[in-house]
Amino acid sequence: MKVDPLKTISAIILCGVVVVTLFPFIHLIAISLSRDVYVLRGDVLLWPKGFTFKMYEYVLKQDNIKLAFKNSTFYVLLGTFISLLFTAMGGYALSRQEMIFRKFFTMLLVFALLFSGGMIPTFLVVKTLGMLNTIWAMIIPGAISIWSLIIMRTFFSEFPKEIEESGRLDGLNDIRIFIYLVLPLSKAVLATIGLFYAVGIWDDFFSALIYLREERLFPLQMVVYNIVISNMDPNANMNMLSSGGEKIVSEQLKYTTIVVATVPIVIVYPFLQKYFAKGALIGSLKG
Amino acid sequence: MILLSKINRSKYLLLLFLPALIHIIIFKYIPMFGVVISFKDYNLFKGIWASSWVGLKYFKMFVNNPDFFVIMNNTFMLGVYKLVFVFPAPIILALLMNEFPLSWFKRSVQSVSYLPHFISTVVIVGMMLNFLSPSGGIINVMISWLGFKPVNFMIHSEFFRPLYALSEIWQHAGWEAIIYMAALSGINPHLYEASVMDGASRWKQMIYITLPSIVPVIVIMWILSIGHVLDVGFVKVYLLSNPSILNVADVIPTYVYRVGLLEGSYSYAAAIGLFTGIISLTLIFTSNWISRKTNETSLW
Repeated sequence: MKVDPLKTISAIILCGVVVVTLFPFIHLIAISLSRDVYVLRGDVLLWPKGFTFKMYEYVLKQDNIKLAFKNSTFYVLLGTFISLLFTAMGGYALSRQEMIFRKFFTMLLVFALLFSGGMIPTFLVVKTLGMLNTIWAMIIPGAISIWSLIIMRTFFSEFPKEIEESGRLDGLNDIRIFIYLVLPLSKAVLATIGLFYAVGIWDDFFSALIYLREERLFPLQMVVYNIVISNMDPNANMNMLSSGGEKIVSEQLKYTTIVVATVPIVIVYPFLQKYFAKGALIGSLKG
Repeated sequence: MILLSKINRSKYLLLLFLPALIHIIIFKYIPMFGVVISFKDYNLFKGIWASSWVGLKYFKMFVNNPDFFVIMNNTFMLGVYKLVFVFPAPIILALLMNEFPLSWFKRSVQSVSYLPHFISTVVIVGMMLNFLSPSGGIINVMISWLGFKPVNFMIHSEFFRPLYALSEIWQHAGWEAIIYMAALSGINPHLYEASVMDGASRWKQMIYITLPSIVPVIVIMWILSIGHVLDVGFVKVYLLSNPSILNVADVIPTYVYRVGLLEGSYSYAAAIGLFTGIISLTLIFTSNWISRKTNETSLW
């Protein structure tokens, strides 16, 4: 069988893509699980040397990290619930032909996709609402993603009419039809959009940066920023060992912190893929 | 009266839509009207209505600012880097993956490729800063294996734009490739079968069948990208920049953040935002018009 040069080259490049994508994560994990001496010598590449959980023990004991982790989890749980609920409700309503002003509302959505007031006016709105420096700043301003709304609308518009009709025959109103008949059968799209919202909230640094002032409200990404990028964490200067130990600990600390902040995403990723790959989303995206 | 009865019939649907509607009005439309503060001397205590009208004062202030050209150029250059380097990456990735239809290889590559899209920008920049660190960062470790001296990438301005572009590709190419993969999967397989009978190699098939078939998708995405050329994401640039490289790293969003939110010049910052928004709008209309005239594919 003739070896196709295009296929071979493609295969090589794609393998390269996989390596380049995964290498940073593998390297991070390797360093975070290694003993400091090896990290100092630059010996750690793909595999931990002197396997130890010491850095994780240290990082997970830090008060600011524990608090921030709790904060992020809270923001994600509450925020995803609110976002998913309102987006699904709105998407369903918009998908019903009989809804009055339907075209107008759709135009409102699309217009808002293309144009935006900008950073300052949006900030001023949040400020005027008194949400600055509250938990609501992490949840409400970003509560509705118009893209997700449109995707839900497309999904619900392809929902079999018979179910809705049988609901009406039983005398249910729209809201009951939505809750008892439509939602239970929409698990895939709810899971996908829900996971998108969740990841978005978990990763959100911008909202914390501009809306939050008090450390007790900081999400994990803000603490990651302080430790890893702006070098403001006083604990990073801790002296653990002699001979350059201070610098090592701070580097390992940064890598370990990054892993801790990213592990939830990596855990959730296979589930996200499972629902996303089901094609429900791709079909809606095409629409 | 008919209207009222129609509303009555949709009342539950309207109720379902209400939260989303309120949210969009408050957080998308009110800020749009809020740009009016760029024409006023917005005073927090007086509020929007009582603040005095100053017309184009802040627009003029921006254009006459000695930093104006630097900031606009930086923003524009990053936009160009995005269009030239970042834009094609997902297309190429999709084309390569398409060479392995339905195989486990393509699926595995694809699954791995869009993982970075879900990682936070803070984490990604954190990784970059550490990997590129002159003291012990893995990139410099590898450089010293090859016999060269370590390079402090982050303080030399010539690295900023390439690093920005590379990190954008790493983070988003896999995800953006999905759209192109969907387009590629929609190409009629009979076209390929016919070309094989005519003796076409895989390469020829790519040039004469694959590429022309996805041109409409590419054009639409291109138009959208041009409209966003000035829309360099705030977070990544903010995190990647430091005082040593402000001459290339200061862009419109970071400038607006500094001047508006840190220094409190709300009206000035809003004016800059509006100014940029109008430019982006012009760009998207122009590129849409050009595209319509040349090959009948356009957004509207």
